[in-house]
Amino acid sequence: MRPRLDPHRLQALVIGASAGGIDALMHVLPALPADCPIPVVVVVHLPENQPSLLPEVFGPRVDLEVKEADEKEPVEPGTIYFAPPGYHLLIERDRTFSLSVEAPVHYSRPAIDILFETAAAAYGPTLAAMLLTGANEDGAAGLAHVARLGGTVLIQDPDEARIATMPLAGLRAVGDQATVLPLASLALMLRALRTKESR
Amino acid sequence: MNLPIAYPDSDFDIELRLLIEGIYLKYNYDFRNYSPASLKRRVAHALAQMECTTVSALQDRILHSPQHFLNLLQFLTVPVSEMFRDPAYFLAIRDKVVPILSTYPSLKIWIAGCSTGEEVYSLAILLHEEGLLERTLIYATDINPHSLQRAEDGIFPIEHLKLFTANYLAAGGKRAFSDYYTAAYGSAIFDRALRRQVTFADHSLATDSVFSETQFVSCRNVLIYFNRELQDRAFALFRESLCHRGFLGLGSKETVQFSAVSDQFESFARHERIFRKR
Repeated sequence: MRPRLDPHRLQALVIGASAGGIDALMHVLPALPADCPIPVVVVVHLPENQPSLLPEVFGPRVDLEVKEADEKEPVEPGTIYFAPPGYHLLIERDRTFSLSVEAPVHYSRPAIDILFETAAAAYGPTLAAMLLTGANEDGAAGLAHVARLGGTVLIQDPDEARIATMPLAGLRAVGDQATVLPLASLALMLRALRTKESR
Repeated sequence: MNLPIAYPDSDFDIELRLLIEGIYLKYNYDFRNYSPASLKRRVAHALAQMECTTVSALQDRILHSPQHFLNLLQFLTVPVSEMFRDPAYFLAIRDKVVPILSTYPSLKIWIAGCSTGEEVYSLAILLHEEGLLERTLIYATDINPHSLQRAEDGIFPIEHLKLFTANYLAAGGKRAFSDYYTAAYGSAIFDRALRRQVTFADHSLATDSVFSETQFVSCRNVLIYFNRELQDRAFALFRESLCHRGFLGLGSKETVQFSAVSDQFESFARHERIFRKR
């Protein structure tokens, strides 16, 4: 059976990507339908001391609102949020964003692990987490949290990933609790995240 | 839209609330209005480092030992900082704020949440180069006594100096950065003349009140750890401390815009997050 995401059960999707991540996100984010009923929160590893431009890059290519997350901002459905460079992005259990300048994790700030771990605590089994291409092991520990709390774990097929290190580390952390798919199939799953059933 | 129904409290969440309440009752350090997600991560880290298996075990230990509480405090506060972090902020102070500050015969500046002092030395260097340091009094406050001591020592790991120097130059620095420190034993020891005008003091934005009138308050990447209620308390202190038309500098993702004092400040340097009291 082809795995699918149930838009009526899911309450949030978090995505982590590093080296090669922009191209990978170009395959998956545009697949999200305009009536996507959940928030999508993305950490991409980027240099700290310059504006990320991610909202400007993806805004014209997706059907949802795209923005950098602000501290205390409510996590709203139908919106794609990017972590600001130089800050960790956390989700509180009251489903608002927090930012932090605590030490980098795996040399990265924002760190995928911190987003995934706090999102897991906020959304439990109603969270889906997706780990894409990358050259370090950030995100693996976060995926383990997501899996432990009953969330859905999606990993880009390492054979297809530009850099396989990050997907492989994710696989080692969660084993057979992960669904491993190429980008095209991940995009198909996201396409089904809509408010109304399409036949 | 689904109403945000919180996923049930874990044992850890329950124990964390009890720990925070216990710390407040016993030591009067008030973390009750801190944003929970980051605090939770830091307590989890402290558990591993202090070799406790549960938060309750940690609570037992710190309630009965002030020394252990001080150890825990090192994990609860966030000491990561760098000199001239966000160089554009310091450049804006130099180019836009200093010309106005220099019209005052004497100056008082409050660096709230100064941690280990990186920003204190950054501002002192900037004021020195602009000829203002001699007539300025800088209050550098924090809740963490260890951080305050390190700030007062002014000794930083030499491996950070490459970043600090690049930041200093990007912030409009006018000299060789190495003029301000002596390298020894893997450390950079900053010139003690820089802190001649600095008073380091224990002060909590959560429990203490205003201690002086100031012309400039700099409080960066401190408020992001507070909930709205505590942010509003801190903003009220800054407003009360600042003189008419005084300046407030915040972190690059912080703003007065959604606070209870939003109508009492105007944006002065929008991108650099410098506000001015109306």
